[in-house]
Amino acid sequence: MKSVVPVLTVVGAILVIWYAAAVWLNAPWAYDVAARGDRVLSFAQLVADTWAQDKPKLPAPHQVMVELWQTVVEKNVTSKRSLVYHAWVTLSATLLGFGMGTVLGFALALGIVYNRVMDMSVMPWVIASQTIPILAIAPMIIVVLNAVGLSGLLPKAMISMYLSFFPIVVGMVKGLRSPDAMQLDQMRTWNASRAQEFFRLRLPSSMPYLFTSMKVAMAASLVGAIVGEMPTGAVAGLGARLLAGSYYGQTIQIWSALIMAAVLAALAVALIGVVQRVVLKRMGMA
Amino acid sequence: MSDTAQPEAVISVQNLGLTFQTGDGSVEALKDVSLDINRGDFVSFIGPSGCGKTTFLRVMADLETPTGGQITVNGVSPEAARRARAYGYVFQAAGLYPWRTIGGNIRLPLEIMGYSRADQVARVKRVLELVELSDFEKKYPWQLSGGMQQRASIARALAFDADILLMDEPFGALDEIVRDHLNEQLLELWKRTEKTIAFVTHSIPEAVYLSTKIVVMSPRPGRITDVIESPLPRDRPLDIRDSAEFLEVAHRVREGLRAGHAYD
Repeated sequence: MKSVVPVLTVVGAILVIWYAAAVWLNAPWAYDVAARGDRVLSFAQLVADTWAQDKPKLPAPHQVMVELWQTVVEKNVTSKRSLVYHAWVTLSATLLGFGMGTVLGFALALGIVYNRVMDMSVMPWVIASQTIPILAIAPMIIVVLNAVGLSGLLPKAMISMYLSFFPIVVGMVKGLRSPDAMQLDQMRTWNASRAQEFFRLRLPSSMPYLFTSMKVAMAASLVGAIVGEMPTGAVAGLGARLLAGSYYGQTIQIWSALIMAAVLAALAVALIGVVQRVVLKRMGMA
Repeated sequence: MSDTAQPEAVISVQNLGLTFQTGDGSVEALKDVSLDINRGDFVSFIGPSGCGKTTFLRVMADLETPTGGQITVNGVSPEAARRARAYGYVFQAAGLYPWRTIGGNIRLPLEIMGYSRADQVARVKRVLELVELSDFEKKYPWQLSGGMQQRASIARALAFDADILLMDEPFGALDEIVRDHLNEQLLELWKRTEKTIAFVTHSIPEAVYLSTKIVVMSPRPGRITDVIESPLPRDRPLDIRDSAEFLEVAHRVREGLRAGHAYD
């Protein structure tokens, strides 16, 4: 409860700056319109106008909130005009891609930790994969998968997976190697099998690393899903809303989609945080 | 070992050598080490760091592979002995798993070795009593002091049916008062369980107080310079450390350590 005042202060400051910036950025258009109509704007009229334009450079917070209210609450969720519908399209690709990325990342980490050849060879490729700009490779993935008859959810999830497996690999390699030499020797003195060593020592030791990696991976996965929605011709999803909004100068629509994306990411990461706390608490580690 | 008149050697070592290859040449961690440890012995290895005492213990435990000589544990190779779970090993640090309770930590080797659930419960209870930690079964390691954690790790090494206990400076990181208390408890344990104990230390009083046999070692190359059969009785109250016999043994250990250092 102690954090309420600081949080509200920061939110208040952001709103003040946002409203001021809206006046500043939208003023040229307002003056332009006024000049064409041979009117002179008072300051009050200027402010009122810059906060209520149809296609402002920077929409005011309340305009975005109204748009969010209309597209989230007032529209039926099955409607293509509902932001909830688009958010769900993006979220489903995000979650599928995140799941696939976690499995892939975990499998690669296992290989790197247990197989010497993979240990020597895989990591440079994993790192190289992340140096390729996702915006460049995303259309390729969409096109190639479309050519083999895959479209819709899966290609987007693949792009999410492409971004989200990386933090999992890095975190889990570190986590599975976190037991020290003494703990491994100790397992040896008990003549423990490899499976016993893995399930009783390496895996539990890696849990804190796993959850931290999953949080990063979830955020990356959402970015991947949004990027994946852009080259598909703006059919559905938050990425499509962003692209359509920029085609038609619908800045209010863009901002509401952005805020929706941020809320989704925050909720997903917070959910992992809850699972983390419960699991580590049950393990006696938190 | 066919000679039945002699006491039974649990660990038998002849001309053992171990050379580590490092970046700048080879290091002789152990050279020409021969020793018999008999059933029921409490043998301490003492010497300055680098004398190979820990390496020697690790060879017995099959955690290092010797490069020369012979060693048998329970009459077989150290590897076969390890696979038969012939010994319990206590490390310098307690090494308890933070995600397991004290009881859970002690149960860990029992789970790995496939003891039945009922047997696990009974054994955990028994060894916790042995190290006087019965009230702490449900506690997590961080809720215990360092000395209690080390006692829990000894309990863990005692929980399964190994009649050899290998201990690598188990009390090295503890203060002297706690150490005295644990030494007393360890002797008590040894008497009750009749285990054969190999104990690495760098404390002369600790070695003399605990051991029936003290092995003095010296470095470069790591070797045995003296083996002292203790004349002290098996029943040893703490104040035996003020007796003339005790001081005499301690003196001989000190002389042995000094002799090993004479050339450098």
